Amino acid sequence: MMSGIFCLMILSGVIFGALTGRMPQVSDAAINEASRAVELVISLTGTYCLWGGIMQVAEEAGLTEKLSRLFEPVTSRLFRGLKTGGAAMKAITMNLAANLLGLGNAATPLGINAMKEMEAEERAKGVATDNMALFVVMNTASLQILPTTTAMLRSAAGAAKPLDILPACWLASAVSIAAGILVAKALARLTGHKKRPGRTQR
Amino acid sequence: MATISDFAVPSIIFGIIFYAMIRGVNVFDAFVKGARGGIGVSIRILPALVALITSVGIFRASGALDLLTYALEPVGNLLSLPREVLPLALLRPVSGSGALVIFKDILAEYGPDSLIGRIASVMEGSTETTFYTIAVYFGATSIKKTRHTMPAAISADLVGFLMSAYAVRLLMGP
Repeated sequence: MMSGIFCLMILSGVIFGALTGRMPQVSDAAINEASRAVELVISLTGTYCLWGGIMQVAEEAGLTEKLSRLFEPVTSRLFRGLKTGGAAMKAITMNLAANLLGLGNAATPLGINAMKEMEAEERAKGVATDNMALFVVMNTASLQILPTTTAMLRSAAGAAKPLDILPACWLASAVSIAAGILVAKALARLTGHKKRPGRTQR
Repeated sequence: MATISDFAVPSIIFGIIFYAMIRGVNVFDAFVKGARGGIGVSIRILPALVALITSVGIFRASGALDLLTYALEPVGNLLSLPREVLPLALLRPVSGSGALVIFKDILAEYGPDSLIGRIASVMEGSTETTFYTIAVYFGATSIKKTRHTMPAAISADLVGFLMSAYAVRLLMGP
């Protein structure tokens, strides 16, 4: 599906650009956006390293373990069949915690780590497991408690109370996340693999 | 508001380092070990990011977004999403930076405390860059089939957008 969207955006972009005479801009985008992606990643590498370092410190101090246990009542219900206290569950917990705190750049390396740990633990061979799909869906919805960037821009634009949108944000986020989880769980059941013996995934 | 976000990151770093120090962890070695992993993350997400950012860039530069906004206006009306926030809803899942530009424009044009400004704010604050997340997270693994990830994520986005408009009208008056 990612592939379909990729093709659709490029093909429709080129065709539409030709029709509206915006080919110079389209050509510019094709050449420059790729290097912009590299610039973005390079500028993010520092942040990834910083949070990777801090998280390793937290891990060795036993904080990850503690947090993982704190979240367990929730995470064990959402992510079925993952080992309690396992590397995957810990990475999931840390990712969710970073998301809640609004540390998006810390959440990404943790999330990627969680994906790799799930891939290993559930022996996924090229096909996403239910837990992986659910985890990505939760990350595509916003868990952030304080949308700081939004509030900052509102304040810069002269909002009387930049944070007066908070209750509405929470309501919208909560319902959106709940919808994502429900749809993911329902589709997992519909499209699910047959439960074969020897498969860790349920 | 500014103070909360100014304190968040330093406090978290302080707390973790302080706790680890008390527990006798070799903090510097642990940090360096973890930081090394950050480089791997960057390398792993780069290919997917180049693909996504380039395709979104081409799409945006062509002006196809304007056409899509125009085409979707009746649908927006039906769902009581104002036309002015449609470009934001369309771009938000694919491009964080692109959405930010549109969001700023909306705030500048309609004001942050207008109905449109508020709906846009809640949209921006309660959703994420869905496609970026999917591309990056799966791009870092060897997963080829993402199964129901995309439909579920898009459902969450749609609900999020509709709820943004609804929540503002419900909680902040018309």
